Amino acid sequence: MSEHAAHNEGGDVVYAQYETIEQQQESYVVGMWSFLVTEIMFFGGLFMVYSLYRWKYVDVWSKMSTELDWRWGGLNTTILLISSFFVAMAVQKAQKRETKAQINYLWLTVLCALGFLCVKYVEYQAKFHHGLWPDALYTAPHIIPHGEEGYSRIFMSLYFAMTGLHGAHVAIGIIVITTLIFMTKAKAPSVSDFVPTEMVGLYWHFVDLVWIFLYPLFYLIPK
Amino acid sequence: MGNFPMRPVPASEHAQAYDALFFTITGLMAFFTVLVVVLVIYFAAKYRKGSKANRRNPIDGHLPMEITWTAIPLVLAIVIFFWSTRNFLIQRDMPKQGIEIMVIGKQWMWHLEHMNGIRENDELHIPVGVPVKFTMISQDVLHAMYLPEFRTQYHVVPGRYTDLHFTPTKIGVYKMLCAMHCGAQHSEMVGKVYVMSQKDYAAWLEKHGNRFAPKVVSMAESGKLLFNQKGCANCHNDVNNERAPSLVGLIGQTRKFEGGGAAIADRTYVRDSIFSPYDQIVQGYENTMPSYKSQLTEEQVIDLYEYIKSLGNTPPPDGKKVPYEQSDRPPGIDMSSPDNATRTTNERESASATQFHETGDRK
Amino acid sequence: MSAAAAVQEQKVEKNYLNADHTIASWLLTKDHKRIAVLYLISVTFFFFIGSIAAGLVRLELTSSQGLMLTSEAYNKMFSAHGVVMIFFFLIPAVPATLGNFILPIMLGARDLAFPRLNLLSWYLYVFAGILAAIALATGGFDAGWTFYTPLSSLYSNTQITMALSAAFIAGFSSIFTGLNFIVTVHKMRAPGMTWFRMPLMIWSTYATSVIIILGTPVVAITLFLVILERWLGIGIFSPEIGGDPVLFQHMFWFYSHPAVYIMVLPAMGVVSELMAAFSKRPVFGYHFVAFSSLAIAGLGFLVWGHHMFVSSQSVYLSVVFSFITFLVAIPSAIKTFNWTFTMFKGHVEFKTPMIYGLAFMGLFLIGGLTGLFLASLDTDVHLTGTYFIVAHFHYVMVGSATIAFMGGLHYWWPKMFGRMYSEFWGRISAITIFAGFNFTFFPQFIVGYLGMPRRYHYYFFEPGWEVYNIMSTMGATILAIGFAMPAFYLTASLLKGKKAPQNPWGAKGLEWEKAASPPVTHNFSEPVVVTEPAYNYPTLDEWPEDDAGVEAALAPQGGKG
Repeated sequence: MSEHAAHNEGGDVVYAQYETIEQQQESYVVGMWSFLVTEIMFFGGLFMVYSLYRWKYVDVWSKMSTELDWRWGGLNTTILLISSFFVAMAVQKAQKRETKAQINYLWLTVLCALGFLCVKYVEYQAKFHHGLWPDALYTAPHIIPHGEEGYSRIFMSLYFAMTGLHGAHVAIGIIVITTLIFMTKAKAPSVSDFVPTEMVGLYWHFVDLVWIFLYPLFYLIPK
Repeated sequence: MGNFPMRPVPASEHAQAYDALFFTITGLMAFFTVLVVVLVIYFAAKYRKGSKANRRNPIDGHLPMEITWTAIPLVLAIVIFFWSTRNFLIQRDMPKQGIEIMVIGKQWMWHLEHMNGIRENDELHIPVGVPVKFTMISQDVLHAMYLPEFRTQYHVVPGRYTDLHFTPTKIGVYKMLCAMHCGAQHSEMVGKVYVMSQKDYAAWLEKHGNRFAPKVVSMAESGKLLFNQKGCANCHNDVNNERAPSLVGLIGQTRKFEGGGAAIADRTYVRDSIFSPYDQIVQGYENTMPSYKSQLTEEQVIDLYEYIKSLGNTPPPDGKKVPYEQSDRPPGIDMSSPDNATRTTNERESASATQFHETGDRK
Repeated sequence: MSAAAAVQEQKVEKNYLNADHTIASWLLTKDHKRIAVLYLISVTFFFFIGSIAAGLVRLELTSSQGLMLTSEAYNKMFSAHGVVMIFFFLIPAVPATLGNFILPIMLGARDLAFPRLNLLSWYLYVFAGILAAIALATGGFDAGWTFYTPLSSLYSNTQITMALSAAFIAGFSSIFTGLNFIVTVHKMRAPGMTWFRMPLMIWSTYATSVIIILGTPVVAITLFLVILERWLGIGIFSPEIGGDPVLFQHMFWFYSHPAVYIMVLPAMGVVSELMAAFSKRPVFGYHFVAFSSLAIAGLGFLVWGHHMFVSSQSVYLSVVFSFITFLVAIPSAIKTFNWTFTMFKGHVEFKTPMIYGLAFMGLFLIGGLTGLFLASLDTDVHLTGTYFIVAHFHYVMVGSATIAFMGGLHYWWPKMFGRMYSEFWGRISAITIFAGFNFTFFPQFIVGYLGMPRRYHYYFFEPGWEVYNIMSTMGATILAIGFAMPAFYLTASLLKGKKAPQNPWGAKGLEWEKAASPPVTHNFSEPVVVTEPAYNYPTLDEWPEDDAGVEAALAPQGGKG
């Protein structure tokens, strides 16, 4: 729609459907928050399943949570919290139109995200190695004798479903932030103001927040 | 009713109460439908374009009217709600006395077992006038036990016991349907309920349900055989020994578990303990019992439960564990003692109407 | 003739239809009106597919022994009918087609807030539709549209994974549409368009969008867990490893009950517009109708358990769900009475859209009131899982949502395509559909009460049911004829219909008063400022007797409002 888009005095692009830059920016903010509401409901379904089964199988839960290493999880929590700081800085720099610093902070965020996924990979690898994979071949010989896995599978299933879905969100975040970096570098008109960076920042904070809930629920509370 | 049947035969006490409510709501519904339709037609005709109706002082809204058509439906709704909920709660309150039938749903048939051991597929024979309680479980997918003439229905769920009850009041043959889509031959999962006079029913029992088997083995007896065959009796006997807690007088007791938690020992508890014993280990015992999931069917689990229930109501004294070598077998287990075996058998067979121990709605 | 046509062509002003003629300009369009047209074509296509499946199901049921299908094929037919009609016709029909077209124009906006996202929604929808079509072509799926576990997760070996993926993706399509509508309503209203000047169509579409963004993600994750169960065996709903198959139903109905309101609320919005436009009166009790939409949306999230009264959920939970379900009846009653009184002292005109509007009133009344049998605990026990349910939700979803969609389509057709259709055939087809519909579905109430379970292929054990099934199939034939007629006269209207004036109905509303027929690319030639409430029809004490005088009184410039 670039042929219908106009620039305002500040040089920002105002798309044809909007009257003013303010209206456009507010629309983006309302849109992003609505999207986050959707995301909350999406994860909310899983959190509901988690609370139900945790309540039903308390013993299994406390047994299985020892299987997860709180140090790896803690490392990942730290990495994500730092990345949230970086992305917040990137938004601030974007508002001040310090493009170079903004891009650097975005790169740091991507770096943290990749670090997070690496740690996740190491953790998953260990689980696969122990046979804690949610399928018919599932075994947990060092915690529970063979043939008695029973409800412990539900714990691992939820662990993989929830952290996996969160990991997918991190991966999507990496793609989106990298795209934003290259578009900013190429001075694409659609990223001429700070709003896209702020939207990405909101998304990233959300991803961070989900992990803040996942970490204690799986790694810490049952101890 | 000729070619246009309008009402399924009401064949239970509840069916009469049901139809009273059903036709009351139908009446209300008809009243409101006619009211609105008449209003719509009246307004549409009177104020059709070009008509000479008086259109002075039109109104765009009218608070008292809004309140009226909010309040009247609300009051009616609450009345129906209370009426219907009362009926429903009665329906979900299981009778203490009567005939208990175990139902197992499987793709695509109903398997029904009487307490005295008579087994039927897609058929059920019951006497008129006696409350009947179904305890149901599915072996595979969801099913729904639907008895239209008795106006009752409940889902049959894998991994969980559900129940329903009704009291037939009319002799006849009625439908037993599956009302939950359960795969390819869903519509062939259809059976018949034969409601018989007390006399016919007694005769039917006498002939062991028209089966050719010379002797019917009651559920508790089958359970007893299984208890020995599967080696349960190797550890579980009449007192709490070092290996395992006794199962005498178990049903209705509160069991405390290792690592916290407790449960009242009912049908679900027994099933769970057989299928995944390690998830509820009784306080003070080791995790030694293996899962019998792959070795027992749902029917066998039901038999085992009936056997355990038949062991009486008095649990052995709590708190002390006897060394295994010093413990005896519980009465009835030892097949070499004919006295015990006969006593149990006679007890079960003579009672066509048994006492239920479970009460209330277990869900 | 051709020369005259050419002259005419030159005189035609540029509008969104003739702004560009390439196929790419359609497939890559960001114009909400063009996307609405794309939706119209695709939902019509899926309606056709779903109708064929329905026709086969009805044909099969004329005999209690079955006619030509195997039970497996029969199960696939009703599953296909359910999935296609719900996910690919009913959910997008009114909001994504009519809403997409009319919502920005009604608000006085140039487009939706996020036109590219809007296009993405359509592509997601089409992609999901193709997946569903592939699932059907490669063997079909048999677990019904409700996909109850463990049948869908562990026992069925048909194309369920693909059908679930299709529903999952279609869910994201509607999430993005809903999100777009919410932002547009919040931020894109023209100057002077306050919340309480918005037409009721907007209110109900807004309420729908709220349901979509809150509910759809939950069903998405639920279906995703079933996909994972089939694929990796994670077993969240598998009783084998301690999962709870009934939990699936809770999560499924948490969305799928509100989804009924996704279908019905926009339909109610359309009917509000129709009643006002063809009575030449403001909708009676505007605020009550607006807030009842929000009330339905809110309460709609608290009643999912009424699908599960006999599913082994706690009795006390059932009592609470039953009570809240009764409360939903109240806003529905408020709406019905208000629509009725909208005609009071109006000038009612029986044009095709109004006939659909009145048909909606009757069918929604029956659909809604029969809901009371199912809200009430005791009566539900005997009726759930039978044809009574089937009849009830067809009255709500076909009798209300689809009828309102047809009404809205006829109402805005001149605006969408700038052509009039044959009023005669329009009326004939509306009446045929109304009659055929009742003929099809009313007998199902009776056969349901008699105890015929839904999804039964054979019912030879109860010959008494056959007569109602035959009636129902006869009705379905009439219904099919009724739905076939618009295909012909609307196509004829596109090809050689009379050119539509800007405001053929003499109706109020920005789309009629300010936008051309069809509208220009950005909807309005000049900026819109709203100065009056919705439906501000002139309140003349005495109306002119002749039609010309009435037209003059209603013309935008001539009105007193």
